[in-house]
Amino acid sequence: MSTDYNNILSRLCFHLKQLSSPDVVIVPETDLINELAIDSVKLLSLVMEIEDEFDISVPLNVLADVQTVHELANLIYQIKSQNK
Amino acid sequence: MSLLDKLDAVAAARKALLPEGLEVFGTPIEEVYSATEARIGDRRILFLGTNNYLGLTFAPECLRAAHEAIDREGTGTTGSRMANGSYSGHRALEREFAEFYHCQSGIVFTTGYQANLAMISGLAGAGDVVLIDGDSHASVYDGCRLSGAEIIRFRHNDVSDMEKRLKRLGERSKSTLIIAEGIYSMLGDQAPLAEIVRVKNAYNSILLLDEAHSLGVLGKTGQGLAEETGLTDGVDFITGTFSKSLGSIGGYCVSNHPQLDQLRYVSRPYIFTASPSPATIASTRAALKLLRDGTELRRQLWQNSRQLYARLDGLGYRLGPQPGPVIANILDSPQQALMLWKGLLDHGIYVNLILPPAAPEGKALVRCSVSAAHTSEQMDHVGNIFAELRKSIFQ
Ligand SMILES: Cc1ncc(COP(=O)(O)O)c(C=O)c1O
Repeated sequence: MSTDYNNILSRLCFHLKQLSSPDVVIVPETDLINELAIDSVKLLSLVMEIEDEFDISVPLNVLADVQTVHELANLIYQIKSQNK
Repeated sequence: MSLLDKLDAVAAARKALLPEGLEVFGTPIEEVYSATEARIGDRRILFLGTNNYLGLTFAPECLRAAHEAIDREGTGTTGSRMANGSYSGHRALEREFAEFYHCQSGIVFTTGYQANLAMISGLAGAGDVVLIDGDSHASVYDGCRLSGAEIIRFRHNDVSDMEKRLKRLGERSKSTLIIAEGIYSMLGDQAPLAEIVRVKNAYNSILLLDEAHSLGVLGKTGQGLAEETGLTDGVDFITGTFSKSLGSIGGYCVSNHPQLDQLRYVSRPYIFTASPSPATIASTRAALKLLRDGTELRRQLWQNSRQLYARLDGLGYRLGPQPGPVIANILDSPQQALMLWKGLLDHGIYVNLILPPAAPEGKALVRCSVSAAHTSEQMDHVGNIFAELRKSIFQ
């Protein structure tokens, strides 16, 4: 995928690192809820940070389908490209 | 995981958090003595968590009206307005709400929860956008889901954050429903309505204001935040509930948009549920008169609220940002909140406990709701108990 996607992925991993314990390794397949223990409240505040950073709005409806780091990065990528 | 296993997992999580034998949620109330006192187990308690802001649940006018309505029209309507007709009481209450707000029309719903579901899902649909405050009540979130519209949140009470999101929507801001609350149920703070109205006008959006907690509490005649700030004309739709200041159960919406009436034909939470019972409508009509003329009740309510807020603030409890009848103590952990809640109950004071994920930002809350029916001595007593519990909670 494009460098845009990779850039989003790395920024996302940076944010996720702050929220999870230091010994967790974050890869695209990492499950946000089960592996990183990101609950719905944490996820929503994480999304707000990301929205600011990428100047997008992520609708709650689509967020419900997101499970992995890759899915979230891809969602941001999609929204970002639609806005171009 | 099977359907039932999922519920077992929820039960296990709750059990891990809450001590054995303590009925924290849905605590059994054995007897109710008045608007502010009841019995839990064999202990007489002070209600400090109900939303009985004006203390009208035992107002003689409301009791009498409800009794008469039961005798005249029976215990229930046993059907929806659409299929089984509108009683004279339903129609009269709708007129009275419209008159109260000086609005063109009003609709009555079976609960406040359904009022939000009905309004949001009736106004917005697939392809539209609902832009909501992050601290919105569950009925707002559920109404948005039911609508099928795109749901976008802004940071609580942050109008520049709201505007940023409207700007991103471009032309779609015209098909956007913005939703705010007069007084927020969790922290008791008020929406920055003037700013919200200014921005919604600039982007040609529609604004719905839920006055559930501000009805009877704010404004000269108790209409809510819109009246308090002189902005009623800037709000497109006002919703609210009968279950707080009006002391019964039900919900309403008022508006100057003639389209409001059409919701009766398209909104499922209005159509597919039974209409409020005659007793409910009758007591609400009586309560609405008392609320409108309730200047003295509002004065007492605000005096009590300020007294308790100042006392708890002085004791070093972390509170919501603004004094008002909803006084939320913000605690760092569920355990701390539980300890405070239990300590208060052991001293005969019954308040709300709100644990994550229901509390905003993962915090735990012990929430007090003040009533005009409380006395200044009772507020003093409550303050003394909070002072006593402070040492053990924050040690
Ligand atoms: C802000 C808000 N809106 C709506 C409702 C729902 O009202 P009701 O209890 O009448 O269904 C509540 C009450 O819980 C509320 O706090």
